[in-house]
Amino acid sequence: MSKISKNVMVIGGGIAGIQASLDLAERGIKVDLIEKNACIGGRMAQLDKTFPTNDCSICILAPKLAECFRHPNITLHTLSEVKNLSGQQGDFKVKIFKKARYVKEDECINCGQCIEKCPMRVEDEFDMKLRKRRAIYIDYVQGVPSIMTIDRENCLFFTKNACRICEKVCEREAIDFDQEDEEIELNVGSIIVATGYDIFNPKSLNSLGYGRYPNVVTALEFERLISASGPLGGHLTRPSDKNEPKKLAFINCVGSRDIKNNPYCSSCCCMYTTKEAMIAYEHNNEIETSIFYIDLRAAGKGFREYIERGENKYAISYIKGKVAKILEDEQRNPIIVYEDINTSQVKQFKFDLVILATTMVPKKDAVTLAKILGIKTNDFNFFKANSYYPQISSKEGIFLCGACREPMDIPSSVVDASGAAAKAAEAIMRG
Amino acid sequence: MSNEDIRIGVFICHCGTNIGGVLDITELIEYTKTLPNVAYSAGNLYTCSEVGLSNIRENIKEHNLNRVIVASCSPRTHEPLFRSTCQEAGLNPYLFEMVNIRDQDSWVHMKEPQKGTEKAKDLIRMSVYKASLLEPLEKMQVSVIPSAAVIGGGIAGMNAALTLANQSFKVSLIEKDSELGGLIRHLHKTYPTNEDASNILETRNLAESHKEIDVYKSATIEKIEGYVGNYKIVILQEKKMIEIEVGAIIVATGARVLSPEGYYNYNGKTIISQLELEGLLKENSVNAKNIAMIQCVGCRNEERRYCSNICCMTALKNAILIKEQNPDANITIIFRDIQAQGVTYEEYYRRAREMGIIFIKYLPDKPPIIKEDHLEVYNEFMNQVIGIPHDLVVLSMPLIANEDSERLAKMLKVPLEENNFFLEAHVKLRPVDFATDGVFVCGSAHWPADISESISQSNAAASRASTILSKEMLEVEGSTAEVNPDLCIGCEACIKICPYSAISKDEETDTAVVNKVVCKGCGVCGASCPQNAIIIHHFTSDQIIAEIVTYGGGD
Repeated sequence: MSKISKNVMVIGGGIAGIQASLDLAERGIKVDLIEKNACIGGRMAQLDKTFPTNDCSICILAPKLAECFRHPNITLHTLSEVKNLSGQQGDFKVKIFKKARYVKEDECINCGQCIEKCPMRVEDEFDMKLRKRRAIYIDYVQGVPSIMTIDRENCLFFTKNACRICEKVCEREAIDFDQEDEEIELNVGSIIVATGYDIFNPKSLNSLGYGRYPNVVTALEFERLISASGPLGGHLTRPSDKNEPKKLAFINCVGSRDIKNNPYCSSCCCMYTTKEAMIAYEHNNEIETSIFYIDLRAAGKGFREYIERGENKYAISYIKGKVAKILEDEQRNPIIVYEDINTSQVKQFKFDLVILATTMVPKKDAVTLAKILGIKTNDFNFFKANSYYPQISSKEGIFLCGACREPMDIPSSVVDASGAAAKAAEAIMRG
Repeated sequence: MSNEDIRIGVFICHCGTNIGGVLDITELIEYTKTLPNVAYSAGNLYTCSEVGLSNIRENIKEHNLNRVIVASCSPRTHEPLFRSTCQEAGLNPYLFEMVNIRDQDSWVHMKEPQKGTEKAKDLIRMSVYKASLLEPLEKMQVSVIPSAAVIGGGIAGMNAALTLANQSFKVSLIEKDSELGGLIRHLHKTYPTNEDASNILETRNLAESHKEIDVYKSATIEKIEGYVGNYKIVILQEKKMIEIEVGAIIVATGARVLSPEGYYNYNGKTIISQLELEGLLKENSVNAKNIAMIQCVGCRNEERRYCSNICCMTALKNAILIKEQNPDANITIIFRDIQAQGVTYEEYYRRAREMGIIFIKYLPDKPPIIKEDHLEVYNEFMNQVIGIPHDLVVLSMPLIANEDSERLAKMLKVPLEENNFFLEAHVKLRPVDFATDGVFVCGSAHWPADISESISQSNAAASRASTILSKEMLEVEGSTAEVNPDLCIGCEACIKICPYSAISKDEETDTAVVNKVVCKGCGVCGASCPQNAIIIHHFTSDQIIAEIVTYGGGD
């Protein structure tokens, strides 16, 4: 067997990057896993449950996070981004920019004393800005590495040269305001890109009222609202008046299958809106849901049966039709205006809460990263993959997996990731 | 070890609000402290987080614990993590016990928290009594044969073999047909690039000429025995039995197309299947002008509830190809939902519409009716029956599981799902693994998959297999069955019932012997033994009786 001397670099610590790293590490290959955020876990960590098994998302993810952290063949680089790449397959030279954490990784034990005392209130990205976090924080309780991070943009010490309370309360003396950003150089044989996706912002769709109507939320916001670890502690109420919603509507294809925004299909929304409706029903059996759709796309294993179960056992009605607009009444109830295809009449329906299945879009820095790596993007700025060998990018030695190449669900991302791991291993063995 | 030496640590997990929101954790901690041999008891917000785990490690040291119990979720997902945590702190991993107070308690008793808390006390007490009797066990080490068998030589199998072979692993590629290539051999062109299917089939030459790949054509599998790292496969080829030894197996047996006989007056001439249309397109002999394609024939119904995943794109492709050749052709696709997920496929669907291909949705209870020169279909948008002239009707038939799937599944001891596709270990996170170690699945054997999905999955299966093949030694489960030869009467009840064929008979002593590497510790043999001659380690009679007695109030 050929000797393996080179590491593989995996960019992105969501489920795809994690799976690729674990496969390679188990294969005996050393991995540098690069994550932009303070913790790995990605989007999957934000989800409450996952279709079609309705497994609790973090419960099945957490063991993988821990494995990634503990595996002797994986080096985690959090708060890190790729800034430069040179060389070729077998001998890539990478420059990584690693932001200072201002917390000593070996000292912090995640006791949370500093969080309690930090006076700053900052919008929490992990919770879709539905609640505030502090300037010293951890993304989520199960986050890995399970240590704090000081957010320089909001910390009073950095903005006003004041405070330093966290430093005083930390019994472990883990706070270190003198830490500096670092530049790390890596030499790797092949690269896996697993940077995931962003969510389409529906504010631009004026007719749906998102941002103006408090009871119109996005699906990822809803995911946090029903999650036990979310801002409502799992007790679903609607934003405007904290009443329990009974009539829910989901609108599929928001920002997708729409030539004015994104013409492509976001792949997972038919399934996850069904899942979110099921979970809502499990929270409260009085909930009735309508899902407005164009085509119900449920071609995966057990998916069609899942939709049937939603219809038969979870009080979900599927309504074919594109929603024209959303209005609001005086009680701030959203009213959906749509065309009933059976009667060709324009109908109005009042709901307590409307959830928008906003499409997956490329990461906002996808083009920048593509330029750094020298790989191509497609018309919509997803990384361009080979039509039949989807893990293969436009550049030798660089492989793609997960939603950074096309919107996809978790099982497909996991398959993609393992596949990319095989290709990356192959590349360094030849290389 | 005498009773006084036993020091049990009990960690009770809040699991956020999953458990903590229902059960009274403080009460459970205090209660646990009153139980015999419990040296330490505490709660954790999330025991599986790095903080929770280091908390276990620290307390094992600080309190000199020699038994650890975690009361939390399911051992199915979390036991390996907690066991290795104990091991890291110097404790034998089999001195760990897990109590499921979430799935089996707080989740089901959400509306009756007080009773749920009482139930948790029972469950924890039972575990404490069992833990006192736990014994350290050793995991067996087995060597690994660094080669793989790939069963099925379609695109998935060929690509899996190549991916492994390119990493210098030896591969046996076994195909029942006389040539490699599978279903793609029958295709004209492939979506989404509309290039000749023969381009993809070039993989055949790569596979056949690769120095690390032995190809067995016209070969069937007759027998599979062994275990992860050490499988023996008997192949029948040209009346010869060939035995190969491999460390891992990839199932890539594909699927077949449901026969159109008996659907919509199928006649093979003017009413044909989509696969037959591929043949006509290959010969360039499509002469029809008015073509109607019907989707979901024989599926998404009572008999076959599933969607076959690839038929919409196949119909779109053939419609586009015909339309490109003959722009005057009238093509109508009569569908239920167009499955064109993602970026490229949706774009392909839009292209078809822009070319003038007509799409009409039908309802399952009002399927199209084929008349002599036209077909009739009810359209809910127009709320009326539409007539569509045709001189060719094309039926999109689903992929169905292969006839020999059951036979292979039995030989491999892996499960099938209700439609006889192979069932993976975990839908979300282990999509190409089986629960049986060392066996993997990819392509349409798992679920109808198109070319790029099959290739993606075959790379994944190769990656998973390589995690085994790259190791010299593997550790296997330590909690296995053991036969006490003094009590065994050689009745063979256990041999017959063992689902893993792990037990054989020692002819000299006339007693049963367990192959510890194959044994999964399921306990079926122990339950069937009339002599109580079988010990199931980690689930011994003493341990289970201790749990039952304390549950009933005894001591």
